[in-house]
Amino acid sequence: MRKIRSNVQKRRLQGVIIVSLLSSLSFLYFGFLKPGKDVTTFGFVLNNEWVIIKEWVIASQTGARIFSAISLVASAIAMFAYKKERTIVVPVAVASFGILMSFLTWIASGKFIPFTGLLQGGLLLSIPLIFGSMSGLVCERSGVINIAIEGQLLASAFVSGVVASVTQQAWWGLLAAPFAGAAISFLLATFAIKFSVDQVILGFVINVLVIGLTDFLYKKLLIPHQNTWNSPPTFEVIPIPLLSNIPVVGPIFFTQSIVVYLMFAIVAGVTFALYKTKWGLRTRAVGEHPTAADTVGIDVNKLRFRNVIFSGLIAGIGGAFFTVGFVGAFGKEMTAGAGFIALAALIFGKWSPIGAVFAALLFGFANNLQSTLSIIGVAIPSEFMLMVPYIATIIAVTGLVGRVRAPAADGIPYSRGGAH
Amino acid sequence: MSLELKAITKTFGSLTANDSINLKVETGQIHAILGENGAGKSTLMNIVYGLLRADSGEILIDGKKVEISEPSDALNVGIGMVHQHFMLIPVFTVAENIMLGHEKSSKFRVLDLDQARAAIRTISEDFGLQVDPDAVVETLPVGIQQKVEIIKALIYEAKVLILDEPTAVLTPQETDELLNTMRDLKSKGTSIIFITHKLREVRAVADQITIIRRGKVIGAVSPTTSEAELASMMVGRAVDLAPAKYQHETGGAILEVKNLTVRDALGTPIVKGVNFHVNSGEVLAVAGVQGNGQSELARALINLEEHIEGSILLDGKEIRGASIKDSLHAGIAFIPESRELDGVIGSFSIAENLILDLHGQAPYSKGINLSAKVVHSEAEKRVTEFDIRTQSIMDAVSTLSGGNKQKVVIARELSRPIKVLVASQPTRGLDVGSIEFVHERILAERDAGRGVILFSTELDEVMALADRIAVMYRGEILDIVHSNVTREELGLLMAGVTSAKAGA
Repeated sequence: MRKIRSNVQKRRLQGVIIVSLLSSLSFLYFGFLKPGKDVTTFGFVLNNEWVIIKEWVIASQTGARIFSAISLVASAIAMFAYKKERTIVVPVAVASFGILMSFLTWIASGKFIPFTGLLQGGLLLSIPLIFGSMSGLVCERSGVINIAIEGQLLASAFVSGVVASVTQQAWWGLLAAPFAGAAISFLLATFAIKFSVDQVILGFVINVLVIGLTDFLYKKLLIPHQNTWNSPPTFEVIPIPLLSNIPVVGPIFFTQSIVVYLMFAIVAGVTFALYKTKWGLRTRAVGEHPTAADTVGIDVNKLRFRNVIFSGLIAGIGGAFFTVGFVGAFGKEMTAGAGFIALAALIFGKWSPIGAVFAALLFGFANNLQSTLSIIGVAIPSEFMLMVPYIATIIAVTGLVGRVRAPAADGIPYSRGGAH
Repeated sequence: MSLELKAITKTFGSLTANDSINLKVETGQIHAILGENGAGKSTLMNIVYGLLRADSGEILIDGKKVEISEPSDALNVGIGMVHQHFMLIPVFTVAENIMLGHEKSSKFRVLDLDQARAAIRTISEDFGLQVDPDAVVETLPVGIQQKVEIIKALIYEAKVLILDEPTAVLTPQETDELLNTMRDLKSKGTSIIFITHKLREVRAVADQITIIRRGKVIGAVSPTTSEAELASMMVGRAVDLAPAKYQHETGGAILEVKNLTVRDALGTPIVKGVNFHVNSGEVLAVAGVQGNGQSELARALINLEEHIEGSILLDGKEIRGASIKDSLHAGIAFIPESRELDGVIGSFSIAENLILDLHGQAPYSKGINLSAKVVHSEAEKRVTEFDIRTQSIMDAVSTLSGGNKQKVVIARELSRPIKVLVASQPTRGLDVGSIEFVHERILAERDAGRGVILFSTELDEVMALADRIAVMYRGEILDIVHSNVTREELGLLMAGVTSAKAGA
């Protein structure tokens, strides 16, 4: 026990040192060394929220100093918490926020930042990641590695697009998508569980298969017959009464389409089920120590098979988001690696639903920050901005998250013969 | 509830693991099944528990035939099993582990942990098995984890409890406690099948003993049978349980350890400034309860630990801080605690494993090539000399039994010119025949004038082989005593009580 605690302390110390360094750097660099002479304008209103402030104008140098000062104070509080052997999550989060805001006021000197829009766009970009990571979670917590998230997303994006085009009903597209995801899952489950094929290789092969198949159909079917096959209607945004009028929060969380609300429900449902129900207990047991589960009468492979199929259903809805939820047409390889980023979010989030959601939000936000900044036209090349979330991930993993522990039996096929 | 097995036969390929086994466990009795590793005890129990299916034979409960093809069938008819490797999920709490498989839910399908906690407390009180339902299993000592396993079986209302090698992982104190629990369960009407190869324990608790050798029942005897007789039935020939001590020459100090401290990665001292020496022609045993720094001390002697302070003098020369390779070549042979992890490379052949330490030198290598011819001829010699039972020297070591793996390790380590042998738990998990072999080799090294340091948690082994005994407790050597010490005195030292304190 003593050893575990001191490892935690060691990691906290690393975290405190990293945020302190970054805070000091941002204080010096954004606040003094490269003084922006102009003002930065933050916009807060998107739709018809109740207005507290519409815009906020601040001298960019002063702003950068103020926000950096906040993060320095938060770093000091984190140091204090470390000394008292308490958790440092809250002060570190505040410090990170301070650094980010300091950076924004500095870089957007003389420009307008649509603050609420930045967050809203970040959420939109993280939606497929969240669906993907929930899919991975349901698989991997029961002990089956799911590299095929990308394939699940792409196949279901394709199917939902086509079905919605043919029927001209977004609902039919949304209903069809989970079946496409489940079909991919069926492949994964059959080969991984029944035939004990290496799950990492299998996942990659499935992804390549889906990419090839959708590319082919896209070229031969969707491009020549755009109107019949590739013109799905999209879901309308349904603002939730009252809640959608809350400043900042309203447009981000409560002015979305049905797919996003479905995502909130799925995240809550999966979290609850995993930790509080019989299904969750058995899923975790099978992912950690399948032999132990077998000896108390749980059919390990049946449970795993079901979970993999279930994961396909979840990923399917995420795939539908691409076509009927957002873009309104299927595009060649339109998932663009979202499945892999979802997998990264799952691991970064330590295989916990809440952790995975936060990681996915971070990735989505950073991605949107990058495109927003390139739209308002700042000096930093957007390719560098694209690296930021991943650099942040590396720092967070080494400094804050610590050693990530996968489910012990993740990726290991189960058979009773193996128990001897 | 009585359990009867009739003509159970199970084959794996050409190997007959169980050959027409008959067995009857009476209600409320402790029935010991005694046999060496690989005799077929675990196979038999896995059949009873539904993890394996017998090729033929019948299982009867209270005289009625039952079909057991799944563990859930066994649980339903009242058979519980505590496996040798615990079937507990390390990251779950005790309550979660115990409710797994027959969960009760309250409103909204939420797991009813309160009900599980209450059930655990009832069993805890009824059978005197104290555990905290909310403790996470991986943080519990092995002895407590075993109690959790027993509670798990009892909560399913097991009337026949199978304990598969339950004492293999326990300290002497924990073993005594387990034996008491077994007597307690018996008095409450539970039948127990006790699988083991430890003679002392069998004689202490069993009502009936069945001996199995190579898949066959050799005989059923009463617990009054002598240890020597039990051992010879188990092994199939007369066995020398305690090698006779005889006079031997002892020379001067060959290895001297001064003020040796070993720290873990975080800088916490695990071994705290120990001093001792070993003479040539002498066995120094380091005794103590598992986890008091013995493993780290053993590893430090060949510089396998990262943070070592102090001095290790081999024949007067400082070797602390030398590379592992240099330490080995300076004349230390090392038998590591875990053969599978540190002793051999399972997927390599026997021949390759035998030259892991010398593959870089003549005559085994020429330039960048290994000389297969020399490697093979040397391997053939070792296999004969050390009686390694194998079809071919080209077989992967992983195909060998535990005893034969250990012989490979010993053959390799003793084939260098050595001055000191460091053996860490060299007989752990071995059968009687192999233990005998290892003991003989250790004494032979001693007689040849080497110094031997034997790290062991088995008191019998320590008493039988050692000339002097150092007792480790919390990283320190409490005392070094002559081997004519009594078990009780040694037990007290192992619990941290020095004679000065005991006398006061």
